[in-house]
Amino acid sequence: MTDKLTLAGKEFSSRLIIGTGKYRSFDEMKAAHKASGAEMVTVAVNRVPLDRKTESFLDHLDPAMQILPNTAGCYDADHAIRTARLAREALETDWIKLEVIGDQVTLLPDNEQTLEAAKVLVKEGFIVLPYFTDDLIMAKKLLDAGCPAVMPLAAPIGSGMGVQNPSNLRIMREQLPDATIIVDAGVGVPSDAAIAMELGADAILMNTAIAESNDPGQMATAMKLAVEAGRLAYLAGRMPKRLYASASSPIQGAIK
Amino acid sequence: MRVVINGEAKDVPEGLNLRSLLEHLSLPHQRIAVEVDQQVIRKADWDQTLVSAGTRIEIVHFVGGG
Repeated sequence: MTDKLTLAGKEFSSRLIIGTGKYRSFDEMKAAHKASGAEMVTVAVNRVPLDRKTESFLDHLDPAMQILPNTAGCYDADHAIRTARLAREALETDWIKLEVIGDQVTLLPDNEQTLEAAKVLVKEGFIVLPYFTDDLIMAKKLLDAGCPAVMPLAAPIGSGMGVQNPSNLRIMREQLPDATIIVDAGVGVPSDAAIAMELGADAILMNTAIAESNDPGQMATAMKLAVEAGRLAYLAGRMPKRLYASASSPIQGAIK
Repeated sequence: MRVVINGEAKDVPEGLNLRSLLEHLSLPHQRIAVEVDQQVIRKADWDQTLVSAGTRIEIVHFVGGG
């Protein structure tokens, strides 16, 4: 398939972006990454433990992968900006998944703080991929701020509930035909990923759905296929929904 | 001399710069980043950045995340 995802001038063959959290072992994570076909993985920035030796987590990632550090755990723009700057210094990458959380129970994004941080980080030369509530107006503001893509949620982080508001996603796709839309968070099963892609998402970012499955490698394969199937279906264009039946076989000529 | 590293109060020798602080803490120098009083200090500036009493230092690396 020559249908590539282009993000900030970089081409990706895979439209599945996956996380590195919650895996039971590095081996399971590596198997899942391989099976998923993903070319970009997210990582989190965290304090180095001072009381024990830790092995380098990054050594367990395929060096060919684009690493997308996130600002998880940040509850205001200032913390997210500081985290992004630390990530850039440590990894020598301008890519950042901007995530400013508004509340510890729902982990829903604080859109206002996200926009504020996005404006600062774009000015500093970051490639800012913002996670936000599935809201068209916020998407427009984030794109105007210079984000090369927007990442609306399907459902709360780690909830696995799938696309909760397909209308919002459809409206976003229709109103922003040229924008890169990556559905981030809330996918639980491959059909959720397929639905998001059928609705016109350009890519999906997921973590828990794969990491928490009993067999992450197998689930990663399933997600890869679902994302591909959904994308093909979107490009092919779905049939219209009808309230009444429409016969597939000719009515005329049936024996009487 | 007392400083705060990753939220923990720590006694460290006087006269350390950031590079020697990392050595003192037996931390790697690669794929980590250091912030002093909320300002990221680039690796190139570690040698000339002296650690003074009361400084708040954050040292981060990468872990699994989504």
